[in-house]
Amino acid sequence: MYLLGHLLTEPVGVVHYMIVGAVLFTCGVVCMATKRNALGILMGIELVLNGANVNLIAFGSPYLRGAEATIGLDGQLMAMFVIVLAAAEAAVALAIALNFYNNFGSIDVDRANQLKG
Amino acid sequence: MAHLLNQIFDWFAAWLGGSVANDSVAGYVVAALIYLALLLNLVAVGALVFIWLERKVSGRIQDRLGPTRVGGKFGWLQTLADGIKLLTKEDLIPGDADKLLFRIAPYVGFCASLSAFIAIPFAGRDFPFVAQHLNVAVFFVLAVMGLEVFAVILAGYASASKWSLFGAMREAAQVVSYEVPMGLCVVVPVMLAGSMDLVHIGDKQQGWFTNWYLFHDPFTFIVFWVYFTCGTASVNRAPFDLAEAESELVAGFHTEYSGLRWSFFFMAEYGSMLAVSLLAAILFLGGWNGPIPVASLLGLTWHNGPLVGYLGNFLGMLNVLAKAFLLVTVMMWVRWTLPRLRIDQVMTTCLKYCTPIAAAMFVGAALWHMTLPDRVFAGLLQSPAANRLLAEPLPGDSIQLDLQTVEAATIARGGRP
Amino acid sequence: MNWTSCLFLLCSLMAGGFAVAVVLSSNIVRMAFYLVLSLAATAGLFFLAGADFVGAMQLMIYVGGTLVLLVFGVMLTAQSQFVQMRTSSGELLTALILGGALLVVLVSTAINVPAWQPTSNPAVDSATPVITATPIGMALEGYRVDQLTQPDTALRRGMSGYLFPFIIVSVHLLVVLIGAAYLARAKRPVVERMR
Repeated sequence: MYLLGHLLTEPVGVVHYMIVGAVLFTCGVVCMATKRNALGILMGIELVLNGANVNLIAFGSPYLRGAEATIGLDGQLMAMFVIVLAAAEAAVALAIALNFYNNFGSIDVDRANQLKG
Repeated sequence: MAHLLNQIFDWFAAWLGGSVANDSVAGYVVAALIYLALLLNLVAVGALVFIWLERKVSGRIQDRLGPTRVGGKFGWLQTLADGIKLLTKEDLIPGDADKLLFRIAPYVGFCASLSAFIAIPFAGRDFPFVAQHLNVAVFFVLAVMGLEVFAVILAGYASASKWSLFGAMREAAQVVSYEVPMGLCVVVPVMLAGSMDLVHIGDKQQGWFTNWYLFHDPFTFIVFWVYFTCGTASVNRAPFDLAEAESELVAGFHTEYSGLRWSFFFMAEYGSMLAVSLLAAILFLGGWNGPIPVASLLGLTWHNGPLVGYLGNFLGMLNVLAKAFLLVTVMMWVRWTLPRLRIDQVMTTCLKYCTPIAAAMFVGAALWHMTLPDRVFAGLLQSPAANRLLAEPLPGDSIQLDLQTVEAATIARGGRP
Repeated sequence: MNWTSCLFLLCSLMAGGFAVAVVLSSNIVRMAFYLVLSLAATAGLFFLAGADFVGAMQLMIYVGGTLVLLVFGVMLTAQSQFVQMRTSSGELLTALILGGALLVVLVSTAINVPAWQPTSNPAVDSATPVITATPIGMALEGYRVDQLTQPDTALRRGMSGYLFPFIIVSVHLLVVLIGAAYLARAKRPVVERMR
C-alpha cells in the first residue's frame, strides 16, 4: 500500500520493475501449468522469459540505481541474448508442435502419452 | 518542447500568483497532445491527398481522366465525398466472427502505422522537428511497422471467412520475409553515418545532392532500389498486394469489413506508404537537405537567430515531405503499370533476389567505406569538412574513445585484442 | 505528479493485466493477442528504463517475429475443437493458489531488499536521454566503451566484451533455423517411404 500510494508522486525504483517481473513470471508459470494446448504452454514460456528480462533491464538501468550500483550495459546485453535465444526456442518448439499435430492430429499435450509406461 | 510549454504555463501562472515546475506533468501531456495532433493530421490529410492522387494517376495511366467533378476542376474533394459515403455505410460484423478481435483489428493496424511517425524527424540540424528524438530511431521505425502484420492476421482470423484467412496468411508470410532484406538495406546508411539516429543520418548528408547516400557509391545506389522494392512489398502495394488479390481472394483480409473500419485499414496502408517513403528519403535522399542547399545559401541557419533557423527548418520539412510524396507517387505508378505477382514469385523475389543482392551490396558498401572513408559522390568528391566533423555524441564526452590505446594496453597485459 | 511514474504505472498495468488475461482466457487466438499487448507494454517499460535498443529489439524480434511465428502455429493447428480448450476448474484453482504463493514470495523478497528501493541520486537523471545503440554495438565487438572509467583494469580494457557469446548465438540461430526447417518439412506419406 505504501508503494502504491506514493507511486504517482515518487520516482520508481528497481523494486517496482521487479514486481512487474514477478507478475509476468508467475503468470507464465501458471500458464505453463494449466494450458493443455501446446502453443499455450509456449506462450507461458515467453511470459517467463519476459519477466526475467524486465528484471535484467531494471538492474542495468541508469535511471533506477546509483552509478556504483547499476550493472550498466551488462543487463541490457543479457536481455538481448535472452530475446534472441527465445526466438530460437520458439522456432524449434513450434516445429515440434507442428510435427506433433501432423502425427497425432491433435495439439493437446495430454494426448502425448505414447511413452507412458 | 515540454520544458518550453512549462515555462509558458509558469508565465501564465505567475499572473495568478502560482507557479509551474519545469518538469511538471502538464507540459508533457500538452506537448504529447500537440505532437499527436500534428502526426494524425499528417497521416489523415496525407491519406486524403494520396487517395485522390491515386485515382488521378491510375486514370491518366489508363488513358482516362479520373475524378473531375467533386469540388471543382480536378475533383479535389473526391476523397472527402468517399469518406462521407463510408461513414454512412452499414457496419457489418459476420455472425461467426470473433467480435472483439474483429472490432479491434483495424485500430491495431492504424496505431502501428501512426506510431512509426513518432521517431521520424522532418528537419534536423540544431533543432530537430521530431516527436521523440530516439537514438535507435531507424530500428524503432522498422520494428513498429512490422507490427502492422498483426492487424491483418487478426482481421483475417476474426472474419471467420476463408478468403480473409488466406489473404492474412499470405500477407504474414510476405511481410515477415521482406523484413530481412529491408533490414539489410537499412543497415547500409546506418553504417555510413555511424549512427541509428535518423536526425544524425540526415544531417550527415547536408549540403549539395552530391552528399546524398544514394550517390555515395555504386553499392548504395543499388541498395536504394532494393530497399524501395522491399518497402513496396512490406506495405503490400501492387505488384506485391497478394493479401488483397481481388481476382482470386475477393478482397483478402478485409473482405468482411465495411464502413469506417475498412477505411481505417485504408488509412493504415497509406500511412505506412508515407512512412516507408519518408524513411527512404531520410536514409538515401538526404532528408531535409535539398539537391541545392537553399536554406544555408540564404543564411537560414540556427546561428543567425531562432526565427531564421526555424524558417530554414521549415524549408527542410517541405523538402523531405516533397521527396516522400514523390516516392509515394512512384509507388502508384508502379502499381498501375505492373501486373500482380503470384505468391511463389513474391517469395522468390524476396529470398532468391532481394536478400542476396542486399547482403552482397552491404559487403560492397562496407569495403568501399573502408577504402575511401571521406569520399562522396561515387568517390569523386571529398566529403565537406562540416559533414566529416559530425559525430554522434557518446555517453560521457569527457572520455575520449581511443581504441588503439585500449588495444595496446590489452596486448601489453598479455591479452589478445 | 511524476510523469515517468505515471507512464510506468500505465505500462506495468498493461503488461501485468494482459499477462493475467493470457492465463485466464481459454481461446488460443485471444491468448496470442493478449500476449502481443503484454509484450508490447513490456517494451514500453524497457524504453522507460532507458534501454532503447533492447526495447526496439523486443518490438522487432519478440513481437514482430516470435509472436507472428506463434500466431502462424495457432492458425495452422486451429481446428475448431482446439481453439477453445478449457482447463478443469480444479487444476486451474490449484495452479492459481500455487502461483499466488509464488507471487507473494517473489514480491515480498523484492520489497525487503533495501538496495532495490527507489534511489534519490540515480546514475543518470531521468530527463537525460542515454545513448545505448553504439555502446551495445561496441560491446558485441568486444570493446566496452561504457567501462572505460572502471577501477578494475581487467574489466576496463575491453576484457568484458561479448564477442564470443555473440558469435555463439549467431551460429546457434543458424543451426536452429536449419533444424526447425528440417523438423517442420512436409513429410512424404508413410506408404511411399515403405517402398
